[in-house]
Amino acid sequence: MADKIFIKGNEAVARGALAAGCKCFFGYPITPQNDIPEFMSQAIVDAGGEFVQAESEVAAANMLLGAGATGVRAMTSSSSPGVSLKQEAISYMAGSDIPAVVVNMNRGGPGLGDIGPAQGDYYQSTRGGGHGDYRLLVYAPATAQEAYDLTIKAFDMAFKYRNPVMILGDAILGQMKEPIEPWTPELPGETEGNDWRLDGAKDREKRLIKSLFLDEGALAGQNQRLQAKYEAMQGEIQYEAFETEDADLIVCAYGSIGRIAKSAVRKMRQAGHKVGLFRPITLYPFPAAPLLELAKQGKRFLTIEHNLGQMVDDVRLSMRTVADSDFFPVYPGNLPTPDEFEAPILKSLEGK
Amino acid sequence: MSTYLDAIIAGFGGQGVMLIGNLLAYSGMNQGLNVTYIPVYGPEMRGGTANCTVVLSDEDIGSPIIHRPKSLIIMNRPSLDKFQARLEDGGVQIINSSLVDAELAETKRVKSVFVPANDIADEIGNSRMANMVAIGAYLQATGVIPVQAAIDSLENVISAHYKKLIPMNAKAIEAGAAHVA
Repeated sequence: MADKIFIKGNEAVARGALAAGCKCFFGYPITPQNDIPEFMSQAIVDAGGEFVQAESEVAAANMLLGAGATGVRAMTSSSSPGVSLKQEAISYMAGSDIPAVVVNMNRGGPGLGDIGPAQGDYYQSTRGGGHGDYRLLVYAPATAQEAYDLTIKAFDMAFKYRNPVMILGDAILGQMKEPIEPWTPELPGETEGNDWRLDGAKDREKRLIKSLFLDEGALAGQNQRLQAKYEAMQGEIQYEAFETEDADLIVCAYGSIGRIAKSAVRKMRQAGHKVGLFRPITLYPFPAAPLLELAKQGKRFLTIEHNLGQMVDDVRLSMRTVADSDFFPVYPGNLPTPDEFEAPILKSLEGK
Repeated sequence: MSTYLDAIIAGFGGQGVMLIGNLLAYSGMNQGLNVTYIPVYGPEMRGGTANCTVVLSDEDIGSPIIHRPKSLIIMNRPSLDKFQARLEDGGVQIINSSLVDAELAETKRVKSVFVPANDIADEIGNSRMANMVAIGAYLQATGVIPVQAAIDSLENVISAHYKKLIPMNAKAIEAGAAHVA
């Protein structure tokens, strides 16, 4: 037990980033993610990195772009309204193949909303978020341990695909404390990105990293390369399937709502109801294939989200030829509890 | 036999409910259980109570947020008003009877354990340790983990600067447990 530490999900993200060799953090305060910059302001400096509290979210995101272009492992974190402000730079990073990790501890919206948990940023996270045809690889941790593990993975993926990767949590994940077992991955070392990064052109051909393509055919070519990249990301799909095998009804839910739904599923199993849980861990790419397999077995589906219905679109698209999904919303501004999921689960189970 | 218990711990801001929530979670973790601790957000933050939710389980924990808890620690009157009705049938609540009128507590539907936490803490020498008296009583009443586990975990939640206060906190936990035993 001695190697376990009891920390908030926010701190788990920050510690995961440090374990992954993150050397630059650019932040700007906003609740409920403030524990990340607070922790980083000391810890990343102790680890030999740089911490900048930027003058705005826009500045922080553009600093991230700059650091990423030099091949440095770098991260920024914010919460919903702040992440909206970062979208321009995220689009530029995607358009110019720059690796970076962006954390969004989703709070209630739209607008300034509140500081409580919500999942209203699913569309923004999985559809790119800014302008143009691009995607982020999006991880949705449900536990502090997953927050740690997936943040480490996010850095590897960002550099593997030269693409921004998002960690999408919420105020529950950020503020909840859980024990985690920290671990240290093998790091890539100084050579990471040395075939593309901007590190001084002495004794080599000059390099240019940009998202502007004006020559005839150039932008189409770039979009084609990006699409090929997103296609390749399909191999990174991750999900949790809990009691799905013999289930008549499968609840689809991600992140904090996924684990809350698990409590409801467990309780209803004990009462003899054949229900299971499908929890996407990668939101993009969405685990469509395994969901379609379950749909082909004739199961029913109920999607539960802490928003007014966003991921349910992807659930439906996954199984559009064979099945459909019901939907139950928890309104942003309200706190979700497992008890309130039981009635809608029962209703969908009975096919009403 | 599997272990599962959840608790909402509520009181005025400053009564140390977050501290004993952390202590309960650490104690569970140090006993090898899975635990979650969450300070609960929402409009209730602006009412009379500060509260947190702790879940202890030997299985992986689903929801860290509990609407109908199996146990409560009630440190003041507004907390009783807010949470008593939500306590699961057959659940147990520790009530700080120094500040809460015992007659307001349900005794048939649920088990109510009355502990004059402020008075006991006063006798020990510091009324600010009423929270420790309450957690001692809670552990004794529920038996979810040994009282000693909380005493052994004090160093996890009390900063090095206040280390000299650990023995007195331990005494308060023991006094709370003794009141229930």
